[in-house]
Amino acid sequence: MDLLYKIFIDPFVQMGAAPDLLVQTLWEGLVAGVLYSLIALGFVLIFKASGVFNFAQGIMVVFAALTLVGLHEHGVPAYLALALTIAVMFCLAFAVERLILRPLVNQPDIILFMATFGLTYFLIGFGQLIFGGETKVMIADQLLLPRGAIDVKMAGGFVSLQKIDIAAAIIASIMVATLAIFFQRTRIGRALRAVADSHRAALSVGISLEQIWVIVWFAAGLVALTTGIMWGARSDVSFALEVIALKALPVLILGGLTSIPGAIVGGLIIGVGEKLGEFYWGPLMGSGIESWFAYVIALIFLLFRPQGLFGERIIERI
Amino acid sequence: MRATGGPEAAVGDVLLSVENVSLSFGGVKAVSDVSFDIRKGEIRAIIGPNGAGKTSMLNVINGFYHPQRGRITFKGETRANMRPHEAAYGGIARTFQNVALFRGMTALDNIMAGRTLKMHTGFFWQLLRYGPAMREEADHRHRVEEIIDFLKIQEIRRVPVGRLPYGLQKRVELGRALAMEPELLLLDEPMAGMNLEEKEDMSRFVLDVNDHYGTTIALIEHDMGVVMDLSDRVVVLDHGIKIADGTPDEVKRNQAVIDAYLGVAH
Amino acid sequence: MFYREAGQFKTNYAADLAVFPILQDRIGLMIILFLAAVIIPWFGSSFLIQAVMIPFLIFSLAAIGLNLLTGYTGLLSLGTGAFMGVGAYACYKLTTYFPDVNVLIWIVASGFFSAAVGVLFGLPSLRIKGFYLAVATLAAQFFLSWCFIRLPWFYNYNASGAIEVPTRALFGIPITGATATDTTRYFVVLSFVVVMTWFASNLVHGRIGRMWMAVRDMDLAADLIGIRLLQTKLLAFATSSFYCGVAGALLVFLWYGGAEPAVFDVNLSFFILFMVIIGGLGSLTGSFFGAALIFILPIALRYFPPKLGIPVHPATVEHIQFMVIGALIILFLIAEPAGLARLWQIGKQKLRVWPFPY
Repeated sequence: MDLLYKIFIDPFVQMGAAPDLLVQTLWEGLVAGVLYSLIALGFVLIFKASGVFNFAQGIMVVFAALTLVGLHEHGVPAYLALALTIAVMFCLAFAVERLILRPLVNQPDIILFMATFGLTYFLIGFGQLIFGGETKVMIADQLLLPRGAIDVKMAGGFVSLQKIDIAAAIIASIMVATLAIFFQRTRIGRALRAVADSHRAALSVGISLEQIWVIVWFAAGLVALTTGIMWGARSDVSFALEVIALKALPVLILGGLTSIPGAIVGGLIIGVGEKLGEFYWGPLMGSGIESWFAYVIALIFLLFRPQGLFGERIIERI
Repeated sequence: MRATGGPEAAVGDVLLSVENVSLSFGGVKAVSDVSFDIRKGEIRAIIGPNGAGKTSMLNVINGFYHPQRGRITFKGETRANMRPHEAAYGGIARTFQNVALFRGMTALDNIMAGRTLKMHTGFFWQLLRYGPAMREEADHRHRVEEIIDFLKIQEIRRVPVGRLPYGLQKRVELGRALAMEPELLLLDEPMAGMNLEEKEDMSRFVLDVNDHYGTTIALIEHDMGVVMDLSDRVVVLDHGIKIADGTPDEVKRNQAVIDAYLGVAH
Repeated sequence: MFYREAGQFKTNYAADLAVFPILQDRIGLMIILFLAAVIIPWFGSSFLIQAVMIPFLIFSLAAIGLNLLTGYTGLLSLGTGAFMGVGAYACYKLTTYFPDVNVLIWIVASGFFSAAVGVLFGLPSLRIKGFYLAVATLAAQFFLSWCFIRLPWFYNYNASGAIEVPTRALFGIPITGATATDTTRYFVVLSFVVVMTWFASNLVHGRIGRMWMAVRDMDLAADLIGIRLLQTKLLAFATSSFYCGVAGALLVFLWYGGAEPAVFDVNLSFFILFMVIIGGLGSLTGSFFGAALIFILPIALRYFPPKLGIPVHPATVEHIQFMVIGALIILFLIAEPAGLARLWQIGKQKLRVWPFPY
């Protein structure tokens, strides 16, 4: 009885007792959610356009961030380093298309998925070899990203909003809007969607698979870079970030693999859910539940809606 | 309800009947208020232009799709929905328009897979692969070899089915369905994509299955010659609605059927 | 011309249904078993047995477990590490509560615990497929990993969070703990692996193997021919987890001699998955090949350059390891998605027609 009270009643009582704390937690959750959404966005882009689930998206985030910081460490000014990193991500996209996607065209999706595992491990090794394994600090100031916090008086107390988080939300929104327009309105966007449906059919109407893939992986690389910068600005850049990619998976489940709005909504839900869970239910179960809490949320969701919130319902024909 | 005379006197009671079945996907009406029956021992053809709802109808009988309205009566039992393994255990087997074989397995294994519902030795004996498990495996292998002989596919036993030409794949699929020892066999366009010789072979097999094993057959087919020659009775669907039902001769002369096939505006 | 089956006739179905119908295959198998059971323990160095053979066998067993689930039944699982952990911790708890019962019995029992957990986390497979199911297994992985770290009951409230394996004996000979010799442990592991591989082989060649493969290849058609999907999938989860559980128990009790909870993390899951991919999905021999390659490669990378006189920094070696494994996976998927097992089969095929080219 006491246990039931602790699980189902008490946390809500606590929420009501200190509403400013609740708002703060919600805000933190939203912020984490934005970052999850960005990572999920990279996955959705590549999946939507090539049908490949790019497991390496996480390491691409780290790789992009490290390249940026690494270049700056060697004396390259911040915005030039940024431009060079973008170029590097383009080269990466080109290499992936040439060496991995082209030889594996028309193979079943699971093979391509496993190839991205290989890519992940390769990039981990390669990244560590070139940049070393130590943690680095993101060059947020040099990129002219805002610092400090705004304290808002509300709900009986103070809620502290970090400026960098606000910036992250704004930048993420711009990025999402651009991508959405790109997919829906442009010729290339249509070609991307065609390729996601069927490689063979796309080839037969003259769409150049190679070009499309390079574009898509480059776009995902840009998203990865943005994510890396934003994430790195809040906490430092290290290879531990790669594990964050695994966090994106529950987001994708909630939002569906093919939906950009789904990635956003899913990310926010998971971010908020996880933070609330960790803060109000965490003390009950011991610390560290955020390592699996998101997954459990997603799993429960899957049982009711196997295709996610926004995903397309797959009707199997036989 | 015995069949009252006629040339196909071997045909018996109603084995399966569908009553007022309607099926739609979202806004698309695949089948609207269709009723017909299939008598034991007959060869029943289901024909109609593309998109008429024929495959959907078979899928309903199999239990793969659940109709929004209507009932299915099979061997005297009426139900609103069939479930796939209920259909299988009840004696309904089928082949598919786009050959649904297990591509990772050989032809022999595919047909042996059809025997699964008749194999019962437990997990423990399977672990040892000895005694009862081996005897059962050998027994079923014997039955499967009979089917392989019947379909004349001995040489390709051990070939992974993904590598077989289309015509042979369809034969293996027929073999897998026969391995279930069905009372009702649903064939979805078994002659599709075949040349004249292959069609003659397949027609021979269909007739032999009906004669030799006594299996009732429901057959979707586009080749009118095949339909007229093989079937006892025909159901014609168009845009999900039944437009004719009778012997091949009756259906051939039915104006609505002629219109549907010639595409007269209606 | 040595590897021909000309002249080998089978006069009944039972003979034709044998797992190794060709005589040359049977001879080859005998030779391998002889090598494993006699030559290696007799002539092999302690390093070979302790650092190479024992873990190779254990990882092969885990790879077989994962292969049954992912390669034969088509259910991608990323929770292998956790299931191995369940086996290891179950065995640990059982033997500390009941120290007088033979530890071998507890190793087998821990497999059943693991199987139960596997079935529990496999229940979603009724509704969820493919990639989404993989994510469900990740949920199992992360949750169980957390349990091993956060619930002190698992490691008997030991301050460091790690477990240490107590000494247990069989017929007076110590087989676990600090006093057990590597040869003894090798024989125990070898016995487990040989017997369980034999079981797995029997399963996949019979009715159950066909059911699993049918579910993998086209589950809708399998349903329509009367294969009960949920039961078949759950059986796959149970069997696979059993194998992984036993492998986990062997890992801790007969190789490491102890464990930290971090051992059974998601990286272990990936490690085993790579073995299965490279070795060949849907092939038992492939599991052994994959384990050999993925496990022995890092050892070779660490061992040989110094012998050849090339000085290599240990951290660099690890980085190169990652790169090589990653590149190998990609290369294999391009060149031969069916893995080393298929290459082996192609080799045997060439051997059949040797010395002719085709």
